[in-house]
This record gives sequence, structure tokens and C-alpha cells, in this order.
Amino acid sequence: MSFGPFLLLAVLEGTVMAAVLALTSVGLSLVFGVMRVVNVAHGEFYMLGAILAWFVTYYLPFPPALAWVAALIIAPLVVAAIAALADTFVLKRLNYAPEATIVATIGLLYMVQQAALTIYGPDARPVAAPFEWRIQLPWFGYSGYKLFVVGAAGVILAAVWLFMTRSTAGLVMRATQIDRDTAQCFGINVDRVYAGTFALGAALAAAAAVLIVPIQQAHYLMGHDPLLLSFIVVIIGGLGSIRGTLVAALVIGLSDGIISMFFSPTLAKIIATLLVALVLVFRPQGLFGARA
Amino acid sequence: MTRQLIGTAPSRRAVLKGAGAGLLAAGFVAPVWAQAAPIKLGFQLHRTGIGAAYGRWYERTAQAALKVVNETGGIAGRPVEIIFEDDGTDPKRGAEVVEKLVSQHNCDLIFGPLFSHVVIGSAPRAGELKVPYLVCSEGFHVAGGMLNRWSMQPGITDVRAQVSSMAPWVLANLGKKVTMVFPDYAFGHDHRDFFTAAVEAGGGQVIAKIAVPPTETSFTRYLPQIPSDTEVLYHVMVGPAVLTFVKELGEFYGTGARPQIFGFIDSLEAVDIAAPGLEFLEGSHFWEGHCRAKQADASDHETVYRAAVGVDDNGASVSDAKDVSTYAHMFSVWETLFIIKAGMEAAGYQSVADRQKFVEAVEAMTDMPESLAHVQGNKVFNGKTHQVFGHQFISKVEGGKLMKVHTTRIEDGMYDDAVDYTSQSF
Repeated sequence: MSFGPFLLLAVLEGTVMAAVLALTSVGLSLVFGVMRVVNVAHGEFYMLGAILAWFVTYYLPFPPALAWVAALIIAPLVVAAIAALADTFVLKRLNYAPEATIVATIGLLYMVQQAALTIYGPDARPVAAPFEWRIQLPWFGYSGYKLFVVGAAGVILAAVWLFMTRSTAGLVMRATQIDRDTAQCFGINVDRVYAGTFALGAALAAAAAVLIVPIQQAHYLMGHDPLLLSFIVVIIGGLGSIRGTLVAALVIGLSDGIISMFFSPTLAKIIATLLVALVLVFRPQGLFGARA
Repeated sequence: MTRQLIGTAPSRRAVLKGAGAGLLAAGFVAPVWAQAAPIKLGFQLHRTGIGAAYGRWYERTAQAALKVVNETGGIAGRPVEIIFEDDGTDPKRGAEVVEKLVSQHNCDLIFGPLFSHVVIGSAPRAGELKVPYLVCSEGFHVAGGMLNRWSMQPGITDVRAQVSSMAPWVLANLGKKVTMVFPDYAFGHDHRDFFTAAVEAGGGQVIAKIAVPPTETSFTRYLPQIPSDTEVLYHVMVGPAVLTFVKELGEFYGTGARPQIFGFIDSLEAVDIAAPGLEFLEGSHFWEGHCRAKQADASDHETVYRAAVGVDDNGASVSDAKDVSTYAHMFSVWETLFIIKAGMEAAGYQSVADRQKFVEAVEAMTDMPESLAHVQGNKVFNGKTHQVFGHQFISKVEGGKLMKVHTTRIEDGMYDDAVDYTSQSF
């Protein structure tokens, strides 16, 4: 394949990856920004989203497109509810102490993963895409659904942006992020804000998974990679900064797509990790993060 | 709190409970004592992890074979038990499972693992514990001399024999310029090395070798590395993402020109070949160790085997048509259990003290004619290399079904011995 089409395919793949990565990373970043909780179980919320999507599309007697849309609504809601419960019954009891919450979310990771293994089983199962549409370019074919994923991720991210900057709930969340105690003095129910933020973060991961599951498959071990990459993105972008997270997701997604296609996927991971190390050494707060 | 309990006499209720439990236990144990003690076989099972689809069917096949063995008198008149232990398709846990089956469950021997990295990780421990370890793994590591006297592969042909017996057919019928896509670990490396050698020996050329990590979930990025002058695309993939791999291959080629495709059915084991997105496979070819769709010339033994395991004529579970089997591989479990039976009976096996005699009895085996014990077809066992040789099938996808177009001869896959395990000490 000549250079031009090769690059085009690499950019397409990178963009899809960047879009999904942006969704999962923004969830992780929100949770850290508002709650100062490093959520190690984030990847498992992603996995739960994919598995729930399988359950919904398998058991609802709808045509594929409708079943998938139902999954896109139901899966994030259920995952959000589970996350809110985890916040209320685990993280809140630990007073959100940073070390304790890391250990607690590691525990949560294993509990969710093993529960999925027990209930859903060890198999990878496919979820039908809402539509089958293949774009035939002169050099190669490409899945039209993958392009749809990019658009859908963009819409969800825009909605999150509007929610954070224009709605009262977003205002309350930002207030809690800036100064928890002062927010509480103004009558903000910080407990509810925390539970809501944790739920929103998990729901975003689940939504990303519902988007990706027709491309990949639902499997109980699928949470590892997105967790690692989300951390990379969030550290580079600056923990807590949504703008930084989006920029970093684009950089990491595109570079991963292009480097892994022209060289090797392993090299792409090496470079991403190196980038994290450099950011931590020279700009510990991340590219867009505020100095702690 | 604990201090208070120390020195307290057991209550009347506790004594009664204990006595009751003792009575019950005695009641359950008594009938077992009446028979001969069962032979305990340990099964190292990929129940979870990347090999889970195989594990599900290997367990069913083992249970079905066990039922037949026990109904026909067990092994030398003794009943047989199988203890399944999950290794998570993980080499580290694999070695632990070997340990557990031997020291905790007191199994007479161990069989059943498929994934080559698990086998290579576990075999040394089996050798140290001096327990027979019968693998169903296809890898060349047994016949290649990497393992030990206790490790054998009597139930399935190895990759070297498989690929070298089929290469001439591929070159003659599909094309001479080959690109290989394979998983980047021991099993895939066997494909890479031996298929390349066989292609070059046959006057063809492997023009690109694309290694993919077995845990990969997205494949489109690897596909542009396929050179455009490829005549035959040879693919073999494993793990939970195999369906994604084949789908993305279809998307990549779309309706445009594509090379001939020759795949190992591993890329589609446990996957319905008529799944949406796989239409492009129509007319492509696959290696099968055992034909998934029931062929017109299927033997009576195979029909019995299919029914016993619970597989319909399309290769799916009789209770769930969506649950497609790993048909091309799982016969190895069935056949291995019958070889264990034959080996133990020939060795006059009584207890774990006779493990060495069992290995020697299996080493003495040669011809294995087609029968209920060898449902995939007749085979020849090489006691020196601990490896069996058999027929391979090449199938073509016709109307969404795999139809057999070629059967290799056993001799096509033979090669010079790379090791003589019988010269090694126990």
C-alpha cells in the first residue's frame, strides 16, 4: 500500500481510538478533579458497560439498531447506579482519603471483574452493530460504524462540556472541585455531588464501551487497556483538567494509531509511557493542569 | 472471646451433631469402598482467560469420553474420575495447577492443556513431580525436544506436521507468494517457522510475516502491512478477539480485490462462520483438524462421538445453536482419554508407583486404527518423540458451511526425529 492511503488509514484508526479514549479519560479526570479520588476501577466500569450492552441487545427483542440504542441508554445508567452505590458504601466511609481510596478501588476492580466472570462467563461475545455500512475506498474498505463512533463520542463530550459549564449541577460540581469546604458552607450537599460525580465518570466509561463493543467484543478482561491508556492521557493532560484531557486523548490516540501502523503497537505504547515519564519530570501538573 | 471457649467441654448439641455427621459420612463412603478405588485423572483446564472457549468444550468432551469409559468397564475394571482445575490460560497458574492436582488431589496423571505457553510453563513441574503429562497442544515443543520424558502428545498432530503436510496443496491450488499473519508466541512461531520452510521447499515464497500479540483486540492497524502482490494470505489467530480479527479483515478488503485466503480454523474456533460480517470468507479455505460440519463420508464412530459430546451436524451445541464448538481441536481430549485407558491397561497400572510403567507403555504404542477411541481417524504414534501423526483436512467455505476438499496423508506430515525421549532418564 502506498504512503498516502496508509497514512489515511492510520489517521482514521487513530481518530477512532482518540474518540473513545477521550470519553473514558474525561470520566477518570472528572472523578479525580472533583473528588481527588484516583479510580483504579475505572476500566471495570468500562467493561461493565460492554457486558451490559451484550445483555441488553441479547435479551431485548428489538432489531439490532433499536437494541443498541437501548443499550446506550440502559448500560450507562446501570453502571452509574453501581458507581453511586460504591461511592456511598465504600469511598464515603473512607472519608475519601487518597491512599485508602486507591486500595479500595483496587479491591472494587477485582470484585467487579470476578462478578462479571461469574455472571457473564469467560467468553468474548459480539454485539451486533446498529447498522452495517462499509465504505469502499479505492485502496481499502473501512467500517462506517467506526466513523459513527467518532461522531457519537463527539456529541457525548459536547454534552458533558455543556453540562459542566452551563448547568447548575455543573456549577455545583465546579464549586466543589475548587473548594469543598466553602461549597459546603454555601449549602451544597457535597456527599451528593461526590456520588453524582463518581456515577457520571463511570457512566462515561460505560458509554464509551457501548460505542466500542460492536467493533471489539464484550469480555471480562477488557478493562485493562482502557484503564492504562486513560491514566496516561489524564496524567499528560493534567489531572482534573477536561480541556487537557481532550487534547491529550487526541495526541495519544492519533500517535498510537500512526506509530502502531507505521512501526509497531509496542513502540506506540513505549512512546506513550515515555511521554508520561517526561511530563511527570518536567511538568508534574500535566500540560493543562493547575499547580496543586 | 476465644479465651472463654478454651477448656469448655463440648455441648451436648455439638456432640450429637458430630456423631450425626460421622454417621452420614460413613453412609456415603461405604458404597465407594465396596468397589475398587477410582483412578483419578487431573485435567488442566483453560476454563477462564484467553482460552476459555476451548476450555468450555474440552470439559464437555472430557466428560463425554469419561462417561463412555466408565460405562464400558472403566480402566482395568476400576472406575475413573476426572478432577478439573482451572489454570486461567496462564503459564504461572498452569504450573500451580499441576502441583495442586498431584499433591492435593493425588491424581494419577494430568492431561488436557492446549495453549502452548501454558504447556511450556507447566511441563517442567510435571517432570519434577514425575507425573505423566499428556498435552493436547499442537505445538512443536513436544516433538522438538523442549519438554521431558513425562510430557507426551498422543492425541493431536503438531503444527509442524500440520503445516508441512498442507503447504504443497496451498502452493499448487492457491498461489506461491504467501503473507502470514500469526499470533506472536510459541504456537504462532511454530506456524511461522515450519510453514515458511515448507513453502520454500515447495518453490514458493513467504513475502511478509505479520506477528500479532495474542491479547490484541484491534487488528486493522496490522493489515496494511500485507503486501499488495500477496497471492495467498495465511492467517492463524487465537484468543477472545478472533471474530474481531476476521471481521476487520473483511472490512479491510471489502468488495475490492483480495488475495486467496487460507486460514487455520483456530481463527474461527467457537465462532459461527455464518456470523454477519464474515460473508467475505465464502470461497476461502481453512485447515481443520476435524471437520466441524458433518461431512457426507463421516464415519459411524464420529457420529457416536458427535452425539456423545452434544454437537449437532453444524458443529454447534445441540442445546444452543449459537454455542459453536471448538470441533477441530477437541477430539484430542477424547482420544487422549482412550490412550490413557489403553496405556494404563497395558502397563498393568495399579497406583502412582506405576507412573513410569505407564509412560513406557504409551511410548510402546505405534499404530492407532480409526475406532471409537480414535474418532478423528487413524494415527501413528512415535514413541521416541512422544508425538502422534494423523490426517489433516482442508475445507472450503461453500454456502456458509465448511466443506472438506482435501485430506492429507499421514506420511505428508512426517519429519526426522528431533529428539529421543526414551534415551532420557525418568
